[in-house]
Amino acid sequence: MAAQPPDEPIPDSGDALEDILKQLPATSRRTFLRRLASAGVAAALPATVLSETNVESPKPTPASSPVPASVPATLQVNGKSYPIEVEARTTLLDFLRESLGLTGSKKGCDHGQCGACTVLVNGRRINSCLTLAVMHEGDQITTVEGLARDGQLSPLQDAFIRHDAFQCGFCTAGQLCSAAACLNEGHANNEGEVREWMSGNLCRCGAYPNIVAAILELRQQTPVAGES
Amino acid sequence: MNNFAYVRPNDIDSALNLIRTRPKARFLAGGTNLLDLWKMGVEQPQTVIDISRLGLRDIAPRPDGTGLRIGALARNSDVAEHSLVLSQYPVLSRALMSGASPQLRNAATVGGNLMQRTRCPYFYDPAFPACNKRKPGSGCGALNGYNRTHAILGQSDLCIATNPSDMCVALAVLDAQIRVIGPDGERIIPIGEFHRLPGDHPELDTTLQPNELITAVDLPPMADTKHAVYLKVRDRSLYAFALVSVAAALTIENGSITGARIAVGGVAPKPWREPEAEALIQGASPDRSTFERAADRLLQGAHAYRYNQYKLTLARKSVIRALSAAAASA
Repeated sequence: MAAQPPDEPIPDSGDALEDILKQLPATSRRTFLRRLASAGVAAALPATVLSETNVESPKPTPASSPVPASVPATLQVNGKSYPIEVEARTTLLDFLRESLGLTGSKKGCDHGQCGACTVLVNGRRINSCLTLAVMHEGDQITTVEGLARDGQLSPLQDAFIRHDAFQCGFCTAGQLCSAAACLNEGHANNEGEVREWMSGNLCRCGAYPNIVAAILELRQQTPVAGES
Repeated sequence: MNNFAYVRPNDIDSALNLIRTRPKARFLAGGTNLLDLWKMGVEQPQTVIDISRLGLRDIAPRPDGTGLRIGALARNSDVAEHSLVLSQYPVLSRALMSGASPQLRNAATVGGNLMQRTRCPYFYDPAFPACNKRKPGSGCGALNGYNRTHAILGQSDLCIATNPSDMCVALAVLDAQIRVIGPDGERIIPIGEFHRLPGDHPELDTTLQPNELITAVDLPPMADTKHAVYLKVRDRSLYAFALVSVAAALTIENGSITGARIAVGGVAPKPWREPEAEALIQGASPDRSTFERAADRLLQGAHAYRYNQYKLTLARKSVIRALSAAAASA
């Protein structure tokens, strides 16, 4: 291998940012810095909810047929059936928030990095920002709004309150859905395990110790929510 | 973000027909990489072919009863926690579990992981004008840019991006075979030939042809599962891409190494194996000086850039540590 002194000083990060910025045209530089400073804000076009009903879904579109801008699909969210007409590109997150008004799930990074959009699909947690609504025809989707039963908070939500497991609350819906899955998976047996299996949910307020405490308190009580 | 047509074929023939006939069509499996790239504007598909209804999720011994066949649409989490993977290929399980987050592993598939594109920021963000992989002929932003995470082996002057996958590093050490199907039928691509080096065409990540679909990954039986480890070094202990990772598998008989396989991630455009480094330590005793010789041979010819000089040392020490851990594990 090439000879290399192990302790060569690492160039400072100011240099690095400078290297990045000088490659960008002035307009892009502003965009780039703005992007660093703020998370995505623009929502995709909302889908149309045709009606809210509990009846069986209509037949799915025939296989292999070309599909124009809007696609019919029936989604099951928190136990209710929603036959919809939705743009193919609508993410599950945008559909839940913009079309169903279920704004508990949050758009943090919109790139699968922060976990604020975590929902349960057939009992398994995924990032709803990195999946399309139309991909979930027939799936059972549970959002944070579906964790409470008959107006009663779930024991997990109650534990989050008692342990003060949040500050600003923006990540909380994702933390709750992820924690519910974490408990159901059996990945909450000790602090280290909880921290590892909750690593896909970031909390910029740093409420981690209290989140971990709330989850550990619940670890005996499964299932918490959703079906696996 | 552009809109696209969405189709959901129910069988492989329909899927192959769609990818052949639709312009700018992409297969969509878990979506964790394709949809991310689409949001960034890197991918602009006209048709998205949702292959989630094709089956291809089984994890079972190969038809001859040996080894393992993993369906291309098996979720990363299902593979990582499968009893046959845990018992026969623990190095694959550990590599998968070290990658991404539980949410992403629940969505991401084996085929999608094989097709995962580089995380080079100059590729990932079209605000950067230069990226030969994204826009052939536009230059390489990383070459003289912020190249801290970039390659030291196998790169070209046109592209110094690395392959970000953990899973593929384990597949490389396991001599996996990638089963694909296309208009001309099925074929098998050895994992070592699946990802390509950038050379003059960094826009091509793999040897998969545009009209082909990955159907499964075959793993031959592993002789010695005891002495195999996956070591991942990253900026934080969880949920980060590898700066360097090493999958190492040793066979040790009567105090001598009778088989060595070493794959290194985070250092090259593909999981990096060096047959000469592996051959060099055949018959040697599994001690530190042996492992140093293997590491030095493996990294021979490595070339670093302004911000990734540290990788020369980190990769060497990681290989030595992984081999030491493999020898010590029982």
